[in-house]
Amino acid sequence: MEWLPLIDKSVLILIIFLISLGIAAYSTYAERKVAAFLQDRIGPNRAGPFGLLQPIADGVKMFMKEEIIPSAADKFLFMLGPCIFMMTALMTSAVIPWGKPLDIGGYQMNLQVADINIGVLYIVATASVGVYGIMLGGWASNNKFSLLGAVRASSQMISYELAMGLSIIGVLLISNSLSLSDIVKGQEGFNWNIIYQPLGFLIFLICAFAECNRAPFDLAECETELVGGYHTEYSSMKLGMFLFAEYVNMFISSALIVCLFFGGYNFPGIDNLDLPQNVASIISVVIFFAKTFFFIFFFMWIRWTIPRFRYDQLMKLGWQILLPLSIFNVVATAAWLTFVK
Amino acid sequence: MKLTNRSVVVSKKELTWSEKLYLPAITQGLGITISHFFKKKATVQYPEVEKPRTEIWRGRHVLKRDEEGRENCTACGLCAVACPAEAITMEAAERMKGEEHLYREEKYAATYEINMLRCIFCGLCEEACPKDAIYLTDRLVSPEYDRQDFIYGKNKLVEKIDDRIDIVPRKK
Repeated sequence: MEWLPLIDKSVLILIIFLISLGIAAYSTYAERKVAAFLQDRIGPNRAGPFGLLQPIADGVKMFMKEEIIPSAADKFLFMLGPCIFMMTALMTSAVIPWGKPLDIGGYQMNLQVADINIGVLYIVATASVGVYGIMLGGWASNNKFSLLGAVRASSQMISYELAMGLSIIGVLLISNSLSLSDIVKGQEGFNWNIIYQPLGFLIFLICAFAECNRAPFDLAECETELVGGYHTEYSSMKLGMFLFAEYVNMFISSALIVCLFFGGYNFPGIDNLDLPQNVASIISVVIFFAKTFFFIFFFMWIRWTIPRFRYDQLMKLGWQILLPLSIFNVVATAAWLTFVK
Repeated sequence: MKLTNRSVVVSKKELTWSEKLYLPAITQGLGITISHFFKKKATVQYPEVEKPRTEIWRGRHVLKRDEEGRENCTACGLCAVACPAEAITMEAAERMKGEEHLYREEKYAATYEINMLRCIFCGLCEEACPKDAIYLTDRLVSPEYDRQDFIYGKNKLVEKIDDRIDIVPRKK
């Protein structure tokens, strides 16, 4: 039965890949709907019932657009940019535990592609490789707006990665593990990390916004100053890849927030119901996605509420406020674990 | 000096500690936006639902016929003179024998064009018209793909004999 894990993982990868892309596609629709609703409008409602075919129409439009590569651009890197950005966005989903194991004819199917013992480290590492996509794309376009956008994105990533990494340490101290499945298992019932790590959660949330280049930290692509930011020169599906990867990132970040702070697939009271394993597993997946969707909604809600930061404010917030706060959080958590618990 | 009663005194006082946190303000803002999420939407689904217009709404033009179905217009050109947007052009022609059932008087407009992109729908043409020939109706100018299609000729402007356009509500 050596081939069974192989098939199991391949099927799981395929499903997660398709789900990520599907959710990213429908996030674009959701974003437009949420934006419209928050602004007393209706939003897209012409393509299909309630406008549900809008992502497909948008995708077809993107494919039909003319493909332009600037003559002065570095063609290879210009192509590589969106590829890296998309790839890293999708790679992060490998270590996220989506639910409790399924039981298929006695075979335990673990709903996590790779249960590696350094899952958190893997995510932080992959997320920071993502900025190479933006940097390469922006630099290779040979356009000053693209370059400025890329420089902004990279400095922003570096500034917020520090605080992000430090804010996770609090969680790691509590759960005593770097493996995401262990972290989620440690939050059974209502033992969620948000209760012990409210400050860590706040810092992580703010940094997640910054890492995803979402408003109010979307300085890398702010239209008012930089035309389109790092993707000014991109057109057709390459632009589509950049925009799409942003939504994949948003989905993965939401999933990560749920894993680290909101108990992953756990929900108080579900374990006491004594359900059959497969039913419990499916319910856990549903719970996980419900929590994730809430955070995707929260991302959008924030975007249409708060105006964009000025660049010096962004840097000041990252280095002078979030970094000291996250260090304080680490020290306070360590002290609490040592002396109180 | 106070210019409007909406002026606000700007103070540059230092932010208090709680204001510097920004979080209370952000939660307040989130509360405002989410309250709009559930509000009644302002959108009108146009082609299906039309917003009510006033009775004196000035829409696209019509060239009227009289009770016997003859065109009223005599191509005098007063409407073109009155038009502030210079949207109206016409060419006059003389009525031939046997055309008495088509045109009311001896002179008529062979061509009559209104450029709907130039027209500002002021209604001065109908005020200038001595023959009760041109009126603005309550109908809208339909959208087109081509700018040329907005130049309405007699085929679009003259009302159909079997499909008269009622302009009475506007003239009340």
